[in-house]
Amino acid sequence: MQATNGFMKALKCRECGREYPLTATHVCEFDFGPLEVVYDYATIKKSLTREAIQRREQTMWRYRELLPVAKEPTVGFQVGYTPLVRADRLAERLGVRELWIKNDTVNYPTLSFKDRVVSVALSRARELGFTTVACASTGNLANSVAANAAAAGLRAYVFIPADLEQGKIVNSLIYGAQVIGIKGHYDEVNRLCAEIAGKYGWAFVNVNMRPYYAEGSKSMGFEIAEQLGWKLPDHTVIPMASGSLLTKIHKSYQEFIKLGLVSSADYKVHGAQATGCNPISSAQKAGLDFFKPVKPNTIAKSLAIGTPADGFYALKVMRETGGAAEDVTDAEIRDGIKLLAETEGIFAETAGGVTAAVAKKLIASGKIPAKDSVVLCITGNGLKTLDAVVGHTGVPREIRPSLREFEALLTVDDIAPVNA
Amino acid sequence: MPVKVRIPTPLRKLTNNEEIVEISSGTIGAGIIELQSRFPGIKERLIDESGEVRRFVNVYVNEEDIRFLQNQDTPVKDGDEISIIPAIAGG
Repeated sequence: MQATNGFMKALKCRECGREYPLTATHVCEFDFGPLEVVYDYATIKKSLTREAIQRREQTMWRYRELLPVAKEPTVGFQVGYTPLVRADRLAERLGVRELWIKNDTVNYPTLSFKDRVVSVALSRARELGFTTVACASTGNLANSVAANAAAAGLRAYVFIPADLEQGKIVNSLIYGAQVIGIKGHYDEVNRLCAEIAGKYGWAFVNVNMRPYYAEGSKSMGFEIAEQLGWKLPDHTVIPMASGSLLTKIHKSYQEFIKLGLVSSADYKVHGAQATGCNPISSAQKAGLDFFKPVKPNTIAKSLAIGTPADGFYALKVMRETGGAAEDVTDAEIRDGIKLLAETEGIFAETAGGVTAAVAKKLIASGKIPAKDSVVLCITGNGLKTLDAVVGHTGVPREIRPSLREFEALLTVDDIAPVNA
Repeated sequence: MPVKVRIPTPLRKLTNNEEIVEISSGTIGAGIIELQSRFPGIKERLIDESGEVRRFVNVYVNEEDIRFLQNQDTPVKDGDEISIIPAIAGG
């Protein structure tokens, strides 16, 4: 191992195993398979112990050896270590013994799990000498690239579908990023970005930086295991867009098992999609090991990827762990958002509504047995997708500043003054 | 006016660094065979052992994924543009 590569050894094709140097490159030249970082686990095992981790800062970088940067991170070192919330009220509503919410609605700085992948991608981009960073995004990634690039003094170009929620657009523009709205859906944005990625010498976080970028998602799984007391939950329910987060949380559990940080456990990984964009869940339910692309039509725009790049591997993980997949309608997504908010005080974006609603289905169908422990990965903040719930929340009741009108209002609620 | 094929970076070593090559075949499948005759080795990069387009290769005709059309039987005509693009992650 070259000392300059930290704990990384090489990039390796997941399909054929060919190895490549640790540069900004993402597909195997032979079969187009995705490249993945290979680590030196023997060396990592010497320094990455429970005690060492617990002495470090409470951020995602406490698992630094398992994140693909050569030196210390330079972008986003406050990211991660979000709350793992014991959700007893939601557990009771859904009928399961032990339920936890991994709450990335409050991830720093842009309120979604994407800050995890971006802090890795931009730290690595700087190591490789890039000064301009870019991404194709359904919104959250764009927000995170824009903010983290601003803080790091990097130039940012973000490409999004032009019809995204207002909140997600403003949340990219405010940081001074160059925001390019593409008249098309995400898969078309992605295709364009794949064609331009190599042309301008930019670090496209989800294209040529993908092998590094995607590894950042593992930190969500590391934190779940540590926050549960170095244990893995029986079930983890994860939203699927490209399918990358699901495969990386599985990988994080596998790495912790390999390093002896958790006792080996049986766990199941379940995937959640919207019915309006369900290429992975429909394949899983049909027992297929491949998916058919779809044209997305759902309010869960952050999950609206019709050609999911990691769909094949997500199906494999669910199959190998005995997990299931489900999908839910727009109405069920809104109900899921409200359920999370009303039982646990957590306002999630549409993807969180998908995850909660799918968990409800999996528990009701017995695929998640009532006696088990469950973690829901809630990946983004509801304030960014207000458009999805406006008109579905009820409205404030307006009165004049008059005691008589207020009392009349409470009569409707069947509430009387205590001294009446 | 023949059919244009946009060659992705990983395959340009096979096309003498040509980014765009032109073919005259009538379908995607025939086009791949035509490419193979001019740029030996390109077919096995695109097509797996069972004859299907590789899992991580996306092929588009005029910006439409051929899996929404007729896969390798998708017809192409003069003036069409074919793109070959690796699958990429995101969100």
